[in-house]
Amino acid sequence: MALLEISDLAVRFNTDDGVVHAVEGISYELEKGKVLGIVGESGSGKSVSSLTLLCLTQSARTEIEGEALFDGEDLLSLSKERQRKVRGNDIAMIFQDPLSSLHPFFKIGNQLVEAVRTHNAVSKAAARDRAIEMLGLVGIPDPRGRMDSYPHEFSGGMRQRVMIAMALINEPKLLIADEPTTALDVTVQAQILELLGRLRDETGTAIVIITHDLGVVAQMADEIAVMYAGRIVERADANTIFNAPEHPYTWGLLKSIPRLNSPRGEELIPISGRPPSLINRPTGCHFHPRCPYVREAHKHTDPQLIPTGSDQHHLVRCLLPAETRRALWGQLAAGATPDAAKTAVPIPEEATSQ
Amino acid sequence: MLSYVIRRLVWVVVLLFLVSAVTFVIFYALPSADPAKLRAGKQPTAALIKSIRHQLGLDKSLPEQYRVYMAKALPFDLNGKGFPLRFKTPDLGYSYQNSQPVLRELRQRLPATISLTLGAVVVWLLIGIPIGIISAVRRRSILDRATMTGALVAISAPVYWLGLVGLYFFSSDIGKIHIFDGAGSYTPISDNVSHWFGSLLLPWIVLAASFAAFYARLLRSNMIEVMTEDYIRTARAKGLPERRVIMRHALRSAITPIVTVLGLDIGILLGGALLTERVFTIPGIGLYAYQGISNADLSVVQGTVLLATFFIVVANLIVDLVYAVLDPRVRYS
Repeated sequence: MALLEISDLAVRFNTDDGVVHAVEGISYELEKGKVLGIVGESGSGKSVSSLTLLCLTQSARTEIEGEALFDGEDLLSLSKERQRKVRGNDIAMIFQDPLSSLHPFFKIGNQLVEAVRTHNAVSKAAARDRAIEMLGLVGIPDPRGRMDSYPHEFSGGMRQRVMIAMALINEPKLLIADEPTTALDVTVQAQILELLGRLRDETGTAIVIITHDLGVVAQMADEIAVMYAGRIVERADANTIFNAPEHPYTWGLLKSIPRLNSPRGEELIPISGRPPSLINRPTGCHFHPRCPYVREAHKHTDPQLIPTGSDQHHLVRCLLPAETRRALWGQLAAGATPDAAKTAVPIPEEATSQ
Repeated sequence: MLSYVIRRLVWVVVLLFLVSAVTFVIFYALPSADPAKLRAGKQPTAALIKSIRHQLGLDKSLPEQYRVYMAKALPFDLNGKGFPLRFKTPDLGYSYQNSQPVLRELRQRLPATISLTLGAVVVWLLIGIPIGIISAVRRRSILDRATMTGALVAISAPVYWLGLVGLYFFSSDIGKIHIFDGAGSYTPISDNVSHWFGSLLLPWIVLAASFAAFYARLLRSNMIEVMTEDYIRTARAKGLPERRVIMRHALRSAITPIVTVLGLDIGILLGGALLTERVFTIPGIGLYAYQGISNADLSVVQGTVLLATFFIVVANLIVDLVYAVLDPRVRYS
């Protein structure tokens, strides 16, 4: 049994402007000790789907559907008390901005001790020792001395280390890292990712990394789910996502970031257009207004997330025929622009793969 | 830190000088009455008024009058030749009205004002803070709407009106239902604690009403804002009980600005809660100031204004220092 099994998770917010379909029926599994990367733009539902696992999106105006089995227990139907016991103990979370995520008025030592003592009936001294041990483990120099420092007295990278220490202090089975490196310098990003990887190896904690940056998950993730407009549009192991992606949105993400092995002089190609409104979503394929390979039928038919070809673990939500997709990616991977690829590969007008 | 405090204290002195000068000028530019005439009895002769003017020193030039006043008011001797300063008891002059020394009068009246202020502070914090928290947490509930409407009424109602209405309905002498002691019943705490408490209960409530309302609204909006902060999400993600998230993590941040406002409000009220003291005839600084203004009694006005200024600037300084303790990110240098 997988550690985490999400099926058909949907989250809707009733706002004054209408119903926001933040997450629209996503499913994935995560094995113990594995790393899943969830990639997507702002507003793709990647953070909401994860916050929902900790019931942090619950309110009178939120509708949540589906199932999220964690160790066989449905996280979405837990009692308030049980929710609280899972948070920070079985499932921990770190956030984008470590400065605003730590309480500015409390010493970090006290914040760590509080995390320990919320879930364990231990003495203050024992909790303190555990906190110092954890700070050392995440690479804070002079952990004993830094216990009495306030968050603003740390650098950005050190603060995120403190957050990681606090998240892992109760040895959770699952760590959700929501954009853990976005607010950090590039060099510090690498250190934090390396730290997360090392801690995963040492503690066996499964990790969900949420990011808009494919580069962040490239090294660490075993599997990657690409989200767009509240849905998973492509899911595969990390290798496949980088080397044989089949969804035009994934192509767009890959072509818009620089890579060391791309040909000299190759231009980065942004994805045109803007993320769609989650209140009035596009009909048919949600990506069609921004897709360079769109056909008339794609505007009316809603694609399903289904295995592509023989690989049962590579799921794609796209109406283009599989062979067309592979041919297009072949062109793009060789350095062609989307327009050039479109000319080189004939795209059938009405035929769909589904 | 110490140099910061010293710099601020120097400013306190400068400010007191400025305020005394401004009070002086305003008093002469816009006199409420001629002090000499007020003292001369009915149908005075011109010669009598002139002699009273001379007696009070009002016939001297304005700068000279100010110099004489300050020379007496300063706690050290101006006529001495520089350092070392020779210290003396400051003298804030005498009331034109009853020839009592102003400083002694202020000292005697201060306990009443302090009693009124601190009691009201306790009342408004006890009412305002719980309401602020509950209405923020139960936002849009009936309780929230009811208390916030009540708060709007309490803020809008003038304190003298509220005081008179309170007396009219609830005082033991003229009231319809005899609950509280009436106006003029103030007893010093040193005489009788229970009489002191009983006589101030209604003034406390009346004075505290608008403050309680203001603090409840301020705390409510602070809390609502703080509850959306990332560190509140962190606190929840840590698995803290909601009660602890609110009472420790959120309140700690939301109450900090309240402490600042509280310090200033205490400073202002210690300078005399003029309207409340007047309505309830509490012999405090405010009533003294009121009498001073009514009687064109310069020394009294000057003395009460200086005392009020002193409390406000000192409260300001204390607030800034306390803020540095409350918010570790604030450092003075």
